[in-house]
Amino acid sequence: MRHLALPILPALCVALAGLMAAPAPAVAQSGPLRIEITEGVIEPMPIAVPNFVPEGGEAGQLASQISRVVVDDLIGTGLFREIPPSAHIGSITSFASPVQYADWKAINADALITGAVSVQGGQVNVKFRLHDVFAGQEMGAGLQFTGTEAGWRRMAHKVADAVYSRITGEDPYFDSRAVFVAEDGPKDARRKRLAIMDYDGANAQFLTDSSSIVLAPRFSPTGDRVLYTSYETGRPQIYVLDVASVGRRVLDTGSGDMAFSPRFAPDGRTVIYSLTQGSNTDIYRMDLATGQSVRLTDAASIETAPSFSPDGSRIVFESDRSGTQQLYIMPATGGEAQRISFGEGRYGTPVWSPRGDLVAFTKQSKGRFHIGVMRTDGSGERLLTASFLDEGPSWSPNGRVIMFARETQGEQGASSLYTVDITGRNLKRVDTPSGASDPAWGPLQ
Amino acid sequence: MTYLAKAILLSATLGLGLAGCSSMSPNRFDNVTNLNGAGAGGAGTGTASDPASPAYFQQSVGDRVLFYVDQSTLNPEARLTLDQQARWLIANRDYQARIEGHADEQGTREYNLALGARRANAVKDYLVAQGVPDYRLSTISYGKERPIEICSEEACYAKNRRAVTVLQAGAGM
Repeated sequence: MRHLALPILPALCVALAGLMAAPAPAVAQSGPLRIEITEGVIEPMPIAVPNFVPEGGEAGQLASQISRVVVDDLIGTGLFREIPPSAHIGSITSFASPVQYADWKAINADALITGAVSVQGGQVNVKFRLHDVFAGQEMGAGLQFTGTEAGWRRMAHKVADAVYSRITGEDPYFDSRAVFVAEDGPKDARRKRLAIMDYDGANAQFLTDSSSIVLAPRFSPTGDRVLYTSYETGRPQIYVLDVASVGRRVLDTGSGDMAFSPRFAPDGRTVIYSLTQGSNTDIYRMDLATGQSVRLTDAASIETAPSFSPDGSRIVFESDRSGTQQLYIMPATGGEAQRISFGEGRYGTPVWSPRGDLVAFTKQSKGRFHIGVMRTDGSGERLLTASFLDEGPSWSPNGRVIMFARETQGEQGASSLYTVDITGRNLKRVDTPSGASDPAWGPLQ
Repeated sequence: MTYLAKAILLSATLGLGLAGCSSMSPNRFDNVTNLNGAGAGGAGTGTASDPASPAYFQQSVGDRVLFYVDQSTLNPEARLTLDQQARWLIANRDYQARIEGHADEQGTREYNLALGARRANAVKDYLVAQGVPDYRLSTISYGKERPIEICSEEACYAKNRRAVTVLQAGAGM
């Protein structure tokens, strides 16, 4: 098997240590400084993030970069608004000195994040504290993270994750990565390469070259492996790629004409996928250790795009057995399937949310494409987006945000990645270095 | 020489073969040089005036059939083309054919892959029913990955919803 010589991120060890001896506080604080994420419109919380204090001459630039990423993460959620440093009255020149809360109250900051960065022998140390300005006190314990200089963005994401969790009570998602298909070239000669990036588009790297069409990568539950479909052998086959070594192997799916649309089970040991034999496409399940496959559906129609429930007991998939693409749920061992989509139009690419309560999907209706969510019983359908071509939702690790691909119309049409909150707010383009499609958001690192 | 090696050798000549032929029937084949994998890798020797040549198959017989939106049924026009394809394949037993199924961009990636397989197999099944031996035919789906027309209008979509019969030398079995 061919291995590509590609730069790999050095293993980043983020040590997590409390700054105080006090017992760890509950992550979700009660009290005044709290954002309840509801379906309604939220007035973003004003926050002040003065540049983290560099401790030692080397840390100056890094301190300012880390502060910026913390701010970008937080305001990127749409839940926070930054009070720019130019509007600050007070300044933080020492991490240890007491905070003059009046200076921050005066500019109407609800939350203040103070931090310090030091560099020693290639190791970066980031400390931070979150302050509830109006209560005039810290919110939770200060924390510090240590890692390599190359991994400085991860430390910034860790800081932002802690702040986000404490204020919203939600699980975090900034310190995560996504795999996707990097695209370039015109529509009739498009080149596709598997790529990996931080959730915000930074640190993008290719995992394959563009010699074969590659499709729809999917992370393993721990983020160590990626399943994807490639035409490397001339026909679509499923590969499993080790993210650290970029080594890959093809899955032996037996006698079918093509195997595609793979996805890991929550335990990481089982893969569900589609296999096409002749004109018929059905869903199968493979035990990765033994290589044994079991057929889960047996219909003359197209059954594809399977996704496990987080507890591994059920599978949501799409089928056109009714005459059009619709969503169905069946037991993880196969058996009778229940249709859950009944609205107007076609429904495809269902993905079970990490919380288990929702299914995200692509919907085609009246010549438009939508990303939407519905409850697992099919009720409560909400369309979050609309465009010429939106496709392929993928959940953030905390189930609050969906990443998807949007292709623009016409001869110059190109694909980009977007994120949208499950409330339907805060639609944003992910800043990828080239065209991009088929995102799969990985776990928190 | 193995079949695979032959196919690779032949595919190297493809560019020349297509370029030589493209001027003969411009209305129908001005997209041939853009096939980019869809249709590439096939045999491409001879000239269109030789009825036993792949060029004749492509241009005079017609190497592709088109489909309605989200359908894999063969319309009467497609059946006429496939009748001729079958006659040609029966008469020219040195060739195998790979049938490539495609979809337009209006559809999700996975579904379109499965739909392309349906289309390719609809063609294969029809050719077999007309007497072409099953073992000389193979299928592959490209879903919506390889459009030949790039506008986002029905005029382009109609040409992209296709199954292309790509000749490959070496059926002698």
